[in-house]
Amino acid sequence: MNRIRSSVYAMLLAAPTLALADSLSVEVEIPELQVAEYHRPYVAVWLEDSKGQHQLDLAVWYDHDIRNNEGNKWLKDLRLWWRRSGRSLDMPVDAFSGATRAPGMHAVSFEAEDQRLDRLSAGDYTLAVEAAREVGGREVVRVPIRWPASETTGYSASGSTELGAVAVTIKP
Amino acid sequence: MNVKTISTTLALVIGLTSAAGVHAHRAWMLPSATVLSGESAWVTVDGAVSNSLFYFEHHPLNLDKLEIRSPSGARVEAQNKASGKYRSMFDAELTEDGTYTFEIHNQGISGSYELDGKRHRWMGSADEVAGIPAAADSLRLSEIDRRMQVFVTKGAPTVDSFGPTGDGLELLPDTHPNDLFSGETTVFRFNLDGKPAEGLAVLLIRDGIRYRDQVEEIRLTTDAEGRVEVVWPEPGMYWLEAETEAPAKQLKNASRRLSYSATLEVLPL
Repeated sequence: MNRIRSSVYAMLLAAPTLALADSLSVEVEIPELQVAEYHRPYVAVWLEDSKGQHQLDLAVWYDHDIRNNEGNKWLKDLRLWWRRSGRSLDMPVDAFSGATRAPGMHAVSFEAEDQRLDRLSAGDYTLAVEAAREVGGREVVRVPIRWPASETTGYSASGSTELGAVAVTIKP
Repeated sequence: MNVKTISTTLALVIGLTSAAGVHAHRAWMLPSATVLSGESAWVTVDGAVSNSLFYFEHHPLNLDKLEIRSPSGARVEAQNKASGKYRSMFDAELTEDGTYTFEIHNQGISGSYELDGKRHRWMGSADEVAGIPAAADSLRLSEIDRRMQVFVTKGAPTVDSFGPTGDGLELLPDTHPNDLFSGETTVFRFNLDGKPAEGLAVLLIRDGIRYRDQVEEIRLTTDAEGRVEVVWPEPGMYWLEAETEAPAKQLKNASRRLSYSATLEVLPL
């Protein structure tokens, strides 16, 4: 009986801090730029906690399929992400590595069942998007979010140079 | 010209000479990058002795004593070493993940003596002191210990290539020197012969002196634990130098002049 009760307590204690049933989707706009020499940007999308500590990589778009991983040479140009996470990884990481994207809107979605979201306890987070472009500039856009949500909740922010709109949708 | 004018003029001349003698020349290495990614990466490093930072205008840096230690402690061979009129250079391939230390550590004895009424400057090792002519007069010698370092990291920073060896002035990476960001607080610790270097004067100068009117030196002094704290005002390459004196190790009744210098890259956040 005691054992059952303590495990119930454990579940009750755990319930508010774990959000197992929300889905998370992120839309990132890569703007079309009128420049003499255009290369698609390297982009990293990740979550930080309220103290700025890196929590979870959601996407890294880069030249992941060049022979001998030569595209890795420029990953450090995503200098914030590189410091927070990239430099400790052995890229590519299948879970979130992908090819660079053309200008336009691009979505990254995590279903409620996605185990990667399990590690997020309830609280305030910042979704960070960083873009760095060969022979171009760099920009970071941050979107404060609250996880999880009791009803479908949207958050957005916008970049001004290397990134366009960034939208986050959390669905219970 | 009265006596007062003469003495003022003399004082001025002496002042200028000694200031130039003490502070004129800065020796440095300048790496092409300090934070790198990829399977294997190359850095190319310039070396020079100059007045202004970081410009080639006086002498190339002597690379004879250059030593490169990999993150795992292996010796790495410098490649494409060359020396020009104002600048020397070398390349290094970084195959391991972690922090490489590029070091030039010069230890020796320098001084001067008089012989037949002429002043002679002398430099050499402890073994060579015996070769100084017995007739030499006013012999003044001191030990020299100059350590110059540059740190370069591929992947995540590591600390195994730092030593410390317990010999001379050394930097201990309380904050890793390849993890420096504008606006953040960095803590460096210095050891003198393996013990905290208390009261050590540490100087920091940002690159690009040519494009501003003031040198904008940052002057710090280490505390009892040999620590200094700095909040980087701007991103850029910084030249760090610390100088001190200690009793000689090999010579009797002589002093040891020690210096530590490093080139540090501070990135914008």
